[in-house]
Amino acid sequence: MALLGRALLILGLLVALYGIGASLYGAIARRPAWIQSGRRSVYTLAGLMVVAWVILEYEFLRNNFSFNVVAEHSSTTTPTFYKLAAPWSSQEGSLLLWVMLLSLWSSLILFLTRRRVREIAPYATAVLLGFSSFFTFLAIFFANPFTTTATPPSEGAGLDPLLLHPSMMIHPPMLYSGYTLLTVPFAFGVGALITGRLGSEWTSVTRRFALAAWMFLGIGILLGARWSYTELGWGGYWSWDPVENAALMPWLCITAFIHSIMIQEKRGMLKVWNVSLVLAAGTLSILGTFLVRSGILSSIHAFGASTLGFPFVLLIGAMIAGSIALVIWRRDSLRSEAQIDSLLSREAVFLFQNLVLVAMVFVIFWITFFPLISQALTGTKVSVGPPAFRPFIVPLALILVLLSGIGPIIAWRRVTLTNLRRNFTLPVAVALGTLVALLLAGGVSARPFALIMFTLGAFVVAAVLQEFWRGVGARRAMTHNSAPVALVQLIRRNRRRYGGYIVHAGLAVLLIGVAASSSFQHSHDVILSPGQQVKVDGYTIRYVHPTAAATPQKLSFGAVLDVTKGGKHVTTLRTSRGFYPSQDPTLGQIGRFFGGEADSDVGLRAGLFKDIWSVINPNLTPLQPLINQGNRVFAAALSQAMTRIAGLPVAQANADLTPLWQARDRAVAGLTSRFVTHPWPVEFLFIVSPLVTWIWLGALIIVSGGLIALWPVPALARRRSTAPATARRPGSAVPAREPA
Amino acid sequence: MLAILLIVVAVVTWPLRAEWMARSGDGPEPAGAEDEHRLSELAELEAARDAKYREIRDAELDHRTGKLSEEDFEAIDGTLRGEAIEILRAIDRERDREVATIGER
Repeated sequence: MALLGRALLILGLLVALYGIGASLYGAIARRPAWIQSGRRSVYTLAGLMVVAWVILEYEFLRNNFSFNVVAEHSSTTTPTFYKLAAPWSSQEGSLLLWVMLLSLWSSLILFLTRRRVREIAPYATAVLLGFSSFFTFLAIFFANPFTTTATPPSEGAGLDPLLLHPSMMIHPPMLYSGYTLLTVPFAFGVGALITGRLGSEWTSVTRRFALAAWMFLGIGILLGARWSYTELGWGGYWSWDPVENAALMPWLCITAFIHSIMIQEKRGMLKVWNVSLVLAAGTLSILGTFLVRSGILSSIHAFGASTLGFPFVLLIGAMIAGSIALVIWRRDSLRSEAQIDSLLSREAVFLFQNLVLVAMVFVIFWITFFPLISQALTGTKVSVGPPAFRPFIVPLALILVLLSGIGPIIAWRRVTLTNLRRNFTLPVAVALGTLVALLLAGGVSARPFALIMFTLGAFVVAAVLQEFWRGVGARRAMTHNSAPVALVQLIRRNRRRYGGYIVHAGLAVLLIGVAASSSFQHSHDVILSPGQQVKVDGYTIRYVHPTAAATPQKLSFGAVLDVTKGGKHVTTLRTSRGFYPSQDPTLGQIGRFFGGEADSDVGLRAGLFKDIWSVINPNLTPLQPLINQGNRVFAAALSQAMTRIAGLPVAQANADLTPLWQARDRAVAGLTSRFVTHPWPVEFLFIVSPLVTWIWLGALIIVSGGLIALWPVPALARRRSTAPATARRPGSAVPAREPA
Repeated sequence: MLAILLIVVAVVTWPLRAEWMARSGDGPEPAGAEDEHRLSELAELEAARDAKYREIRDAELDHRTGKLSEEDFEAIDGTLRGEAIEILRAIDRERDREVATIGER
């Protein structure tokens, strides 16, 4: 199987290289058969990579520890569900996942566009296969998932406990889908620049794929935030970690593109800007992949130090230099066809929003890479944390929310005073009402960020609701349908517009959640004994009793907590910390069960308005004398047993050792149970945060809006042909005054 | 492994075989570079047409929801429709050229 896997990778690389040659030759020599052959190379590569991936998954499922990657990232005790996810917890497996997803997405997209963008597609195919070749090359020569050992261990090291979380099943594939999909607009952008075909067909195709990439990357980022909140034991959802930032930067870039491409579609403007955004987003997606894999910046999400850095630097350098050269070469074709008529127009708002998004990317890029820059200039690696980001990101985020409210209600080209009054009165009134109510309620004025964000969020939600209200009204006036039917028809006929509005409302809800939870969070780090209690934000949290469990997978030390408010029971929380057996022999026969990797099970009561979050951090020092004693006793017993079994057949030797292992397991279980029978004070972190649930609700609203916007629209021409004849202007094929 | 290799070669080179057979007179004539270019031009114009239709519909919706005054809407709508008609004429010209090319063959 290992041989087959390696052969599939090599064959995949050859197919990809052939496909590049065939596509380029077909495009240059104008030979459609070669272009088709190049496209088939992508489909074939996808097939080969899927087979390779299935082989790898199969080896994980059957605990084949002769595969190095299986021995290092799985074990016989790893639950089956997580064995399926284990391949992408390794550098080797995740590279294969990258190539497989890239080739699958490329195949789908090239199939969908097989009769469109005919002149651009061969160059895009070559670029996509170029990325595939690069990653397949790395998988073969730098991090081969099919490397085996002649002396496999009897047990694997197991999966990193932090990755034992349901979202790990879907978070990396989503993130990688986002990254790989971002290379598609990049590839089509390169193709458009080479052929000079930067017109409507390119914008229409690229916008759709950019939106798909935006969706997947966004979902990946949010699942990562959720994982951080419920698994990492620090109580936050975003820590400005380099790898988090690496995903956020291309997402911001492609968000800017999704808006500014509309200006190019409608007005023929911002062509250089749009193609540059697409190229930048593609380059940033590879930069993100580089950060995860190179280990140049420390991150909890990264794979650690590796030798992959140099090839990535070469690729990123080639992408940047090539992109700049192509844009300069095509600068004449990229001239704007019009100019912005007024600063009070949707074009101007989009442009300003683009500048804010790109400014955010610059800030995040600069601060993320500042440790490396400082090291290069001064020789000292300066560490930066979340406080370095906030002074820049917070004001930019506030401006962004304001613009996301103005965008939907301001007209294209120019607005008049009457239009302004008509469209802005209600949202501004709602925003001012919210501001006054918050000031009167008290407690918020001391937190200006939160105060402004709540006000602007109210403005955005009111603006979006007003748009829906008016749209439904216009629809009802035309069709005399009921409001719900009119609403559905309105969205169905204008998916891009109303899907986008829903995304804006979701963003406002999400950022209100961020502002509230970060400004009004109450956090308490405390040491408690059973029966003791602490007050956090009006809630009384009592440590009722400890819990402990010993299983072959892990030792768990936890607590049951009773939460009350004003004497009334609110909830019961259960939190625990799990310790996974280490393979380090220096920790001793008993000590290795208490000294391995650990993870936290958060005790969480999530509510619409408040989350009560708890985590236990048990100090195992009181057990240390007993652990040391156990180590000595079992080391001696094992030494005697080894002398006794020397020369015996393996089966008999194993049978002879079984009572010793059983005694050891009983000793470990006994030590674990002391946490309950002889409890000692333990450390807890309690956090009460308002509106955290709004972040996840906002995310769901954003995803549903994105899906609506992404959903295929029936061809306009077909819709036009089914429109009533009276709805057409005589003598013209142009539709006349169709209902909204 | 050899079977996989043969399948891969067959799948990838199938279009070349079809072209080779056509050139040797054993199969239908494949689409040429001229056809590809013309189809590209047509597809570009059709995409421009769809975008223009969308713009007209957007302007109408903006008008109905109060973002465009009657006066502005009339001006914008007229311009957009004029541009749409130009695109439709260009599509017609391209199709006529296609018919003429097929006739010449």
